[in-house]
Amino acid sequence: MPEAPPLLRLRGITKAYPTVLANDAVDLDVRPGEIHAVLGENGAGKSTLMKIIYGSVRPDRGTIEWSGKQVDIQSPAMARDIGIGMVFQHFSLFETLTAAENISLAVPGTINELSRRIREASDQFGLDVEPDARVQSMTVGERQRIEILRCILQEPKLIIMDEPTSVLPPQGIARLFETLKKLAAEGIGIIFISHKLEEIRALCHIATVMRGGRVVGVVDPRVEDTRSLTRLMIGREIAPPKHGKERGDGHAVMEVTGLNHTPDNPFATSLKDLHLTLRSGEILGIAGVSGNGQDALTRALAGEILTPADGGSTVMLEGKPIGCLGPDARRDLGIHFIPEERLGRGAVPTHTLAENTGLTTHHRGMVRWGFLNLSMRRKLASDTIETMDVRCGGTESTAQSLSGGNLQKFIVGRELVLGPKLLIAAQPTWGVDVGAAAAIRQRLIDLRDAGAALLLVSEELEELLEICDRIQVMFRGRLSPPVPVHSTDIDHVGLAMAGDFDALEISHKDATAKEHTFA
Amino acid sequence: MPRFAIEARPERSVWAPVQVAFLAVLLTIIGGSVLFLFYGVSPLRGLKAVFVEPLMTTYGIGEVLLKMAPLLVIAQGLAIAFRAQVWNIGAEGQLILGAIAASLLAIWFDGTSSPFLLPAMILAGMLAGMAWAGIAAFLRTHFNANEILVTFMLSSVALQLLYFLVTGPLRDPSGFNFPQSISFDSSAMFQILIPGTRANSSLFIGLFVTVVAILFVQRSLAGYKLSVGGVAPGAALYAGFSSKRAIWLALLISGGAAGLAGVGEIAGPLGMLQRNVSPGYGYAGIIVAVLGGLHPVGILFASALIALVYVGGDFALLSVGVPNAVTGIFQGMLLTFYLACAFLLTSRIRRVRPEAMAAGAPAE
Repeated sequence: MPEAPPLLRLRGITKAYPTVLANDAVDLDVRPGEIHAVLGENGAGKSTLMKIIYGSVRPDRGTIEWSGKQVDIQSPAMARDIGIGMVFQHFSLFETLTAAENISLAVPGTINELSRRIREASDQFGLDVEPDARVQSMTVGERQRIEILRCILQEPKLIIMDEPTSVLPPQGIARLFETLKKLAAEGIGIIFISHKLEEIRALCHIATVMRGGRVVGVVDPRVEDTRSLTRLMIGREIAPPKHGKERGDGHAVMEVTGLNHTPDNPFATSLKDLHLTLRSGEILGIAGVSGNGQDALTRALAGEILTPADGGSTVMLEGKPIGCLGPDARRDLGIHFIPEERLGRGAVPTHTLAENTGLTTHHRGMVRWGFLNLSMRRKLASDTIETMDVRCGGTESTAQSLSGGNLQKFIVGRELVLGPKLLIAAQPTWGVDVGAAAAIRQRLIDLRDAGAALLLVSEELEELLEICDRIQVMFRGRLSPPVPVHSTDIDHVGLAMAGDFDALEISHKDATAKEHTFA
Repeated sequence: MPRFAIEARPERSVWAPVQVAFLAVLLTIIGGSVLFLFYGVSPLRGLKAVFVEPLMTTYGIGEVLLKMAPLLVIAQGLAIAFRAQVWNIGAEGQLILGAIAASLLAIWFDGTSSPFLLPAMILAGMLAGMAWAGIAAFLRTHFNANEILVTFMLSSVALQLLYFLVTGPLRDPSGFNFPQSISFDSSAMFQILIPGTRANSSLFIGLFVTVVAILFVQRSLAGYKLSVGGVAPGAALYAGFSSKRAIWLALLISGGAAGLAGVGEIAGPLGMLQRNVSPGYGYAGIIVAVLGGLHPVGILFASALIALVYVGGDFALLSVGVPNAVTGIFQGMLLTFYLACAFLLTSRIRRVRPEAMAAGAPAE
């Protein structure tokens, strides 16, 4: 549609932050009915550019034209008034309000009326949201679904979607894509930000590729291949993860039987009779849409939720019951945990990296007479920064000053330094750029090859299929039986993610049957 | 037209709290000047009376040091609790309990010349302050009772307890029915530091507590755990730091410090237990802690400033005839202005050059 005049036209947009030039003379044209990908690593300046379009950040220079007229978008309210909607990557929801109340802050209408519209839109787009549930009890995935609904209900002319698919199951992504295509067919422009190249190739008409704050190319993603897009995006090739030949001895490091847990919060998912075994030299993947109990599962394994044996749940580490031990005691036994939220859980936002090192390492000879060995802590932090190639200002940078990918590399490195016997990783590559994600996956594989047992909770099926040995699917607080990765595929796991555990069994039996036939 | 932008500071700045504190002092001076104008007093004359005159005589300096000692001790304790997001605002009550416990020892052992009496009083006062704050910790950890309300209300209870004791059981039998205890022996008193003043050696306790606070906050594992729990409860849960233990520790430390300050009063300028044990040191300590940026060294300076305002209020009453309520008003302004400027702790104001906007004209 080259003849259509652009809905949105950016020229020479520049935005400098104290330490970084986030946008450097960026041009962007979005036409009505166009699904326009903005592609780039974390820190490439995509988010800043979107915030400029949405009026929450003002550019230092450059112009914005909206439907042919030059505009100065002074605030998100003004952006919404002229018809720009946005689904943020970092959520802007009030924790103490319900989903419907949060949406009512941006969309006119009574709570009852909105609840009805939310339910309708939920059904239409396959975005499960309970309008009366409070946001504080929700997982990352559920929060994002509210963001998407809030945007759609405002009926905008241009929708900015900042990595909207990262928390959706495959079927959900397909449904969302259908929705987006329908919206585009009605003449709505869509800016689609993602680092998942396959999605962009399947959905988008045009892609603007950014690197280091600049536009490095405007291409048709339908004719490019994944390799060429990656090279354009990061400026070099990414090697697929290397799997070592040496493995652990395969003994059961952790055995969980009959794990039950009912959370205090009525809106959170209960765990129902979970069984799993983590073996040395093996990565067990937990697939599933977030909000199905993964959070409680990882907390129960890491010791944040205690599971006394009298409830019928047993969590055993190499034959010893550990259900009553807290995170500190379990860490001493070699169980380490990389939580889903980096800021506020895996790291203290306002603390320096050196201080954040102390979060999980303080008991490793770092304390004498109750006093911390600060130089040892700093050394540990600088070692982690070096081995994980963390881009930051040094050990005295605050955690919140790092990009998501760099902070995640730091957290992963901090736990690896301690030589885990068992590592639980929840969404370790969520919102992390391609380069950092590849580095983190390689580290996990290296750890597996060194004989550790790993549990990887992820919503990215490609990631699970790439690095896991076995997969279990989590749905509404239940776990499917494990299946070897080589005997299943995306479609069957996707069906299991929607609750059809039998699909997984069938795929496994089919695969085994085939092996037997050919053998 | 120049434009100003507020943006997050990329690094944690050591100087930000200092800048904010100075800004608060500057705004208080401006606000105080306006107040003096209303009273028909020349602002310069009034400000001189509050901030300069107390420092021009040895007696005045002694009074400032005298009032600085309890403020310093209380604020160091409170700052540790506040860093852990435990809001003990009942230091006044904990101070009173400390004063009562120490007085009990002084009265019981009246007539002794034992060198152990004063150390025993210090210990008793500290334990009593801890116990009083411990009530709030117990109620918070067992029933999730808000520690702000509990500590505050316990201050009123402490005051009534004090009134009961000084008008009843502890009243000096030969004191003409005045609501006060017997005068303490010199063995139950801190020594005078500077002859001709009331400043006493309890100031050394304040300085010692400051050194301990620096070590605790910056070097100790317990202090680290408290600070994590305060700013990121999720991270504390992840790391396995007990939030209940943090609540107990924060309240016991701040309560013990306040109790210590109570000992300094009855074994210092008062020399007896009486109804007016504290001119609101427990509440002024909150202001000192906040104004000092919750940092032990900052608190050292803030306690000196607030002590100066205490003494300056009395001087202003005498020399320029304004009511000594000026003390409370100045303290209030300092806190209000500090909180109003507190966003500058994590953000900074940057001027956006107008030519940068003009240069952004269309490329075509």
